[in-house]
Amino acid sequence: MLRKGLTFAALGFALIAGPALADTTSLPVKDIHWSFQNPVFGKFDQAQLQRGYKVYREVCSACHSMNLMYFRNLGQPGGPFYDPKYPNPNDNPYVKSLAHDIMVSDIDSDTGDPIKRPATPADKFPAPFPNEAAAAASNGGKAPPDLSVMAKAREGGPAYIYSILTGFQDPPPGLTPMPGKFYNPYFPGDVTSNWTGPANKVPPGGFINMPPPLADGKVTFDDGTPSTVSNEARDVAAFLAWAAEPKQEERKTFGLGAMIYLLIFSGLLYASYRRIWRNVSH
Amino acid sequence: MSGHSTYEPKTGFERWLDVRLPIIRMTYDTALNFPTPKNLNYWWTFGGILALCLGIQIVTGVILAMHYVPQVDMAFNSVERIMRDVNYGWLIRYMHANGASMFFIAVYIHMFRGLYYGSYKAPREVLWILGCIIYLLMMATAFMGYVLPWGQMSFHGAVVITNLLGALPVVGNAITTWLWGGFAVDDPTLNRFFSLHYLLPFVIAGVVALHIWALHVPGNNNPTGVNVKSEADTVPFHPYYTVKDGFAISVFLLMFGVFVFWMPNALGHTDNYIPANPLVTPQHIVPEWYFLPFYAILRAVPNKLGGVLLMFGAIAVLFVLPWIDTSKVRSMRYRPTIRLYFFIFILTCLVLGFCGAHEPADKVIPGVTTFTLGDYDLNTMVWLSRIAALYYFAYFLVITPLVGLTETPLPVPDSISEPVLSHPASGPIGTAAASKKG
Repeated sequence: MLRKGLTFAALGFALIAGPALADTTSLPVKDIHWSFQNPVFGKFDQAQLQRGYKVYREVCSACHSMNLMYFRNLGQPGGPFYDPKYPNPNDNPYVKSLAHDIMVSDIDSDTGDPIKRPATPADKFPAPFPNEAAAAASNGGKAPPDLSVMAKAREGGPAYIYSILTGFQDPPPGLTPMPGKFYNPYFPGDVTSNWTGPANKVPPGGFINMPPPLADGKVTFDDGTPSTVSNEARDVAAFLAWAAEPKQEERKTFGLGAMIYLLIFSGLLYASYRRIWRNVSH
Repeated sequence: MSGHSTYEPKTGFERWLDVRLPIIRMTYDTALNFPTPKNLNYWWTFGGILALCLGIQIVTGVILAMHYVPQVDMAFNSVERIMRDVNYGWLIRYMHANGASMFFIAVYIHMFRGLYYGSYKAPREVLWILGCIIYLLMMATAFMGYVLPWGQMSFHGAVVITNLLGALPVVGNAITTWLWGGFAVDDPTLNRFFSLHYLLPFVIAGVVALHIWALHVPGNNNPTGVNVKSEADTVPFHPYYTVKDGFAISVFLLMFGVFVFWMPNALGHTDNYIPANPLVTPQHIVPEWYFLPFYAILRAVPNKLGGVLLMFGAIAVLFVLPWIDTSKVRSMRYRPTIRLYFFIFILTCLVLGFCGAHEPADKVIPGVTTFTLGDYDLNTMVWLSRIAALYYFAYFLVITPLVGLTETPLPVPDSISEPVLSHPASGPIGTAAASKKG
């Protein structure tokens, strides 16, 4: 069909900020199983989302903003710290204390002075840098992208994020990385100009500004999950998949009901159609 | 509208209203009792499906507009806010975004059906032209709607498409500046696109009313293409076609639901979840799938103005089709020669869409280099789209008139009831059921 064929053909492109005319290459994303990957029944693993939040908070948030996220999102239905006892996430004590750990900027309403105060569930995740220029200046000239919808903004989604985080490797012999950049075969790019080997064997991937952010033991998981790079990457990718679409579970639950309804309704309409037309030759 | 009205006001209020505003009579005559050929197949259900699509787009769109902010710094986040914080906002927005694709799937099937069964031929030329106008309005509306989320593809798509008008001689630059409301795609552009995106669907609804009016004067065409001869050829629209259209709509909604609930972003582009940044151009700018065939025609021509003219020509040719076609036989069911060319034509449209999704220099058969013809290797998307574009125009301008003059059609039945019907009546009453009611 036109629809499918063209769509998937059109989907086969990923954006990078590299040279516009070059042909970019990258390895296909790693094949990894997610609890939420089934389009109909898949659900988030809440413990995994909690671990993922911890990785984001302790590692990623040093450079990456999540401007669309509020602390209250963590306690909403389907969220990492949702507790059915607190239907209003603003009342959730765990979410409150997570927010309280973080300082946010505010204006003192008595004096008008800028102040810092502990966050409440109603606050946004604070950004690590005051503006994009500051973010770029501290990160080799390019601001680290916002992660709010990252899992929807890259082809491959969470598997792409996982592949990037676990894909850092020493450049193959003959490839000299640009200074301050890191070779990653999963990052779409074109390394031809830094390659001294045979022209038909240019390694796939590109150079990424981000140094390898994860390491074994970097984050201590409270539930005893071994903190390997692979586990950290997997959990934070799942957290980002949730953050990119916090209503995904609601969509699937609602959708299943709606589809069953439509299926039964279609059956009834077909039976009515056969009955009404049974005496008409057509 | 055709034939005399059989409506009889039953209550006092209906009688009172009937001599003042006969709106119940009109509804009865056009939507309930309207005599409709009894042999319409499922391809005919797409008219009703399209009406539903328009309704869904307007209702979801009005709600989205309550939450959307047409401002370059807020547009992207306001759309995400709908997805996150508005009750069922994800449903409304995914229905609207996927609804556009569903609308185009349905309209393309509806148009191919009209082409195959000769529904554009006398006395339905005006009906066909109104449909072409609706299609044009749909394309404008869809294009402007895609700009509103202000993602990377929104922005750069808008730049590419609006720049096309700059190719027009003398007035091109003035028109582009006027359209942008400045010297680049920016806040004024987003604002006016939002305004027009809200306006045009109601214009479409108006033209749809004319389209239905123009349908109800000659009545429906049918798979045989033979005119309705007697009441025995027809059934009242209700309940026969309300139930058949209703079933088809329900099945269509099932397919719609698969996209909305289970793969809501499959028809979109991941780049559109990156906020628009005029300084970073996406590596490949591709329009939504429903524009890809025209995008391929545009890029098939090395000259920009030529490409623009050819692209618009591909739609303009539809408007004059009723006068290009020389055949007196409407339905291709009885025209085996043109039917073959028609199926190649459908394939050509798919090939053009395929080419539109790729870069012009991309190889059709990977890894094979043949010889350079003009500007590109022969084994490239651009040459494939040139061949396909040639066939697209040849089909309308050469094949359609010539085959109409030279072919020998199969014998056409005298009436709708005459051919051996594929679904004979199973009850004892037979074909009389229709005339009994009418």
